[in-house]
Amino acid sequence: MPSWNVNDQKIPQGRLALFSYLSAAFVIFLLVGFWKLQVVQSVHFADLAERNGIRSIAIIAPRGTMLDREGRVLVDSYPSFSILLLRDNPKLLEKSLPQIEDGLGIAKEDLLQQLDAAKAEPKFLPVIIKPAASEADIAFVESHRADLPVLELMMVQRRRYPHGDMLANTIGYVGEVSPQDMEKNPDRYRPGDIVGKAGLEKQYNEQIVGTDGMRRVVVNSVGKVMRTLDNVEAIPGKPIQLTIDEDLQQIAETDFANKEGALIAMDARTGEVLAMVSRPTFDPNDFAIRIPNQEWAQLNSDPRTPLLNRAIQAQLAPGSVFKVVMATAMLESKAIPASYTAFCPGYATFYGRVFHCDHAHGSVDLHKGIVASCDVYFYNVGKMLGIDRIDQYAFGLGLGRRTGIDLPGEEAGLVPSEDWVERVNHHKWYPGSTISVSIGQGAVMVTPIQLARMIAAIANGGTLIPPHLMKNATDLKSGSFPLSDDTVQQVTDGMWGVVNEPDGTTSGLVRLQNIEFSGKTGTAQVEGFDLQKKLGKKLKENGWFVGYAPRRNPEIVVAALVQAGGWGSTSAAPIVRDVVKAYYDKKNGHTPQPSTAENIPPSGVVRPATQVSGAERQ
Amino acid sequence: MKDRPRIQDFDWTLLGIVGAISAIGVLEIYSSTHASGMAGMQWKQLMWIAIGLAGMLLISRIDYHTLMDQAPTLYAVGIAGLVVVLVIGYSRLGAKRWISLGGLVNLQVSEIMKLIIIIVLARYFAEVRTDRLALSDLVKIGILTLIPVGLILKQPDLGTAMVLVPVAVVGAFFAGIKWKHAAVGLVLIALLVPLGWNMRRHLKPYQQQRIQTFLHPEEDQRGAGYQILQSEIAVGSGGFWGKGFGKGSQNQLGFVPVRYSDFILAALAEEQGFIGVCLVLLLYLGLILRLVDNAQKAKDRAGMYVVMGVTAILGFHVLVNASMVIGYMPVTGIPLPLMSYGGSATAFVFLALGLVMNVRMRRFVN
Repeated sequence: MPSWNVNDQKIPQGRLALFSYLSAAFVIFLLVGFWKLQVVQSVHFADLAERNGIRSIAIIAPRGTMLDREGRVLVDSYPSFSILLLRDNPKLLEKSLPQIEDGLGIAKEDLLQQLDAAKAEPKFLPVIIKPAASEADIAFVESHRADLPVLELMMVQRRRYPHGDMLANTIGYVGEVSPQDMEKNPDRYRPGDIVGKAGLEKQYNEQIVGTDGMRRVVVNSVGKVMRTLDNVEAIPGKPIQLTIDEDLQQIAETDFANKEGALIAMDARTGEVLAMVSRPTFDPNDFAIRIPNQEWAQLNSDPRTPLLNRAIQAQLAPGSVFKVVMATAMLESKAIPASYTAFCPGYATFYGRVFHCDHAHGSVDLHKGIVASCDVYFYNVGKMLGIDRIDQYAFGLGLGRRTGIDLPGEEAGLVPSEDWVERVNHHKWYPGSTISVSIGQGAVMVTPIQLARMIAAIANGGTLIPPHLMKNATDLKSGSFPLSDDTVQQVTDGMWGVVNEPDGTTSGLVRLQNIEFSGKTGTAQVEGFDLQKKLGKKLKENGWFVGYAPRRNPEIVVAALVQAGGWGSTSAAPIVRDVVKAYYDKKNGHTPQPSTAENIPPSGVVRPATQVSGAERQ
Repeated sequence: MKDRPRIQDFDWTLLGIVGAISAIGVLEIYSSTHASGMAGMQWKQLMWIAIGLAGMLLISRIDYHTLMDQAPTLYAVGIAGLVVVLVIGYSRLGAKRWISLGGLVNLQVSEIMKLIIIIVLARYFAEVRTDRLALSDLVKIGILTLIPVGLILKQPDLGTAMVLVPVAVVGAFFAGIKWKHAAVGLVLIALLVPLGWNMRRHLKPYQQQRIQTFLHPEEDQRGAGYQILQSEIAVGSGGFWGKGFGKGSQNQLGFVPVRYSDFILAALAEEQGFIGVCLVLLLYLGLILRLVDNAQKAKDRAGMYVVMGVTAILGFHVLVNASMVIGYMPVTGIPLPLMSYGGSATAFVFLALGLVMNVRMRRFVN
């Protein structure tokens, strides 16, 4: 028997027992370890597990395009890449910053600032450090996937405005959703979503915004995608068709080069807006990518207010354009006989104060008052009517209230009344104020769109058309302020004369062949004489022209404002003429072209046809 | 040698515990892989368990004394096998396919080496026949153990190499190591750790990295440190009650590294929670206590050494594997016995338990 097989030793029971106790102790040690992870720190690890698992990556839906009335693209979207900085791993992030600074040309301070700004957000949400990555940037990220795992590319859809600043104030712009909007609509928006911020982009955001898709991917705790679970494709936003006519818009924009002001052209029968200009303006492409703070501050604080849509937001004195309201009030109220005649020596004195007129017009009747725009005539009319009647007709014709156009931020303007003065200025209405209001000065303030609608309403017998930009808009409501045919006849005859009679304020400069182009000029003082005297300089007047054609039941109405343009007849009227001409050129199958000297018929006496039948309009 | 061991003498309690652990393992393998390209792994594992059971029956038939008689031969064959594998392994490094095949062969030889070292050391300790282990004996035991350890390290397989050491340590404990020697041994180990640290550039790159990431897990979230972190996330997020069978997101989405094998305890911890971990670890404690019980009832010291050798290896596996899963130890590639998927590892456990049965069945035989 081998030595090892001699069974002469007892089993060491004590040590075996000790071994058992030791084993139990080890198990307890392990259980304590599991307890620490699974009970003490379970919330921490559950959080880590959550962001470990599935990450949803948004597939950004492109916003709907905007088309003009003939289907031409005014606004569309294009895919682009944003560079994201993943913040899951602070240590790795810290180490990567210098390389990112070199590779992407973003200053380290800027990166740190962005990271600091995002401190409060959950760590698994990345920061967008480059919203519009260039090809070189994308190549940099792609080639450094291994050593710079903190960078990630995200495809986004960007807004493109192919015409730059054309129609910019109307179209508006897009930007990241504001915290306020998110609070109001927490289910709809996530941080970083792009929404319409102004203009049509804002107005029709719900229609043109698409539904973002979602790609669910498995990512590890540093955010690296390991595999894709499923893909929900994005649903692109619906396109919208606008009433804008790109040709008319282009012509109006060209005419407004280097000018300040606004223009609105509408179909005078339906209220479809054919063109809308506001100057100065901006390039909405700048907003499509995150706009640099500096540029934004500049746009916002620019005293020339390029972000304002002057066609609906500028509230200014209408000047002599207001005289057609006065004429309508005079005829409709019958407070003054239609044959009323005044004598104009070039000025008049009311309540001990001298009011000027630009000419000594001599004997003036209503027709001449409108055609030659005699202030003295309308001073007298205003004094006889009184502010309440003026207020009633101005308001009835749509001044001092919003037109309801489908754009955000339309201003109401102001038609002063005795009530208003007492409420706001806490004093009685000064009768002298009525004299100023009679020629569209003083407290009366209108927007260009109001003037366009007002003139159209007078020419069509009192229908207040609903201005709108959406081509297939439903639920449009016209306003009504019925005018007698005689009133319409007399006032439109006057407006025809403004353009076509030799003593008209436009001096025959804007006549159009075969088109019953009519309208009214306005030259509004920016500030009162007193203030200008105090400033010691003369501010140049705002030039207005509201034109339409044909002279009764018009098809098109165009209001133009040229700020600091001087006489409306020379600054605004030619622009309106160009747009109206372009409208008819198109209608008659010609290529629309800006007017040139040869388009304008030789000046001479062309008496207005006293009657325009409905048949002629067919 | 009057009577043969009878089937009634089988340790049915031990087998019951083993069956319970294996069943939990198979279920968790199913849960971890059913939704992936590896679906159906549980059937393979069941097959390995069946093969293991057959091997256990077989090995329990051969008297362990007969096996111990052959200890020198077995040792020589085992060492030769390891050397051959090393040589062949190197000669075939050129082609990738051969590495995996070579790796498989390596693994099997080193698993067999575990069984051999149990028998060889049991025999050596039985021969000492005193309760005071002499220094010379300790040195010899050290050499006997470190030769295969070194060879397996060369493969390289740090995990399996380490597993052989507890057999010697536990054996020495029962053979009556002097407290002085034990203390010196501990001090030596304490000194060897910094020495080994200085020698680390002689380690394989992956070994260096594993140690590095164990010491600084946050610096490398892709490699071994990443694995430990993911394991901790799975375990911790399981909470007290667990996420439910087949519902562990970390497990199901594949964040838990080798979730069906080395990290199966992490997968279980996520889905069954602290409660499930308690059950499993208590089953393992039951297994070890039952093995110790078998050692206590062994007919002779040789039998006790065999049983405690098996216990040392299994206990070491559980301790190191569970510690790794909760981030207390670096990733060493030591599977959880009976639960981790793996053919040769599972087969080894059953063969080792066959040795235990062998000892138990012969406790009354004379």
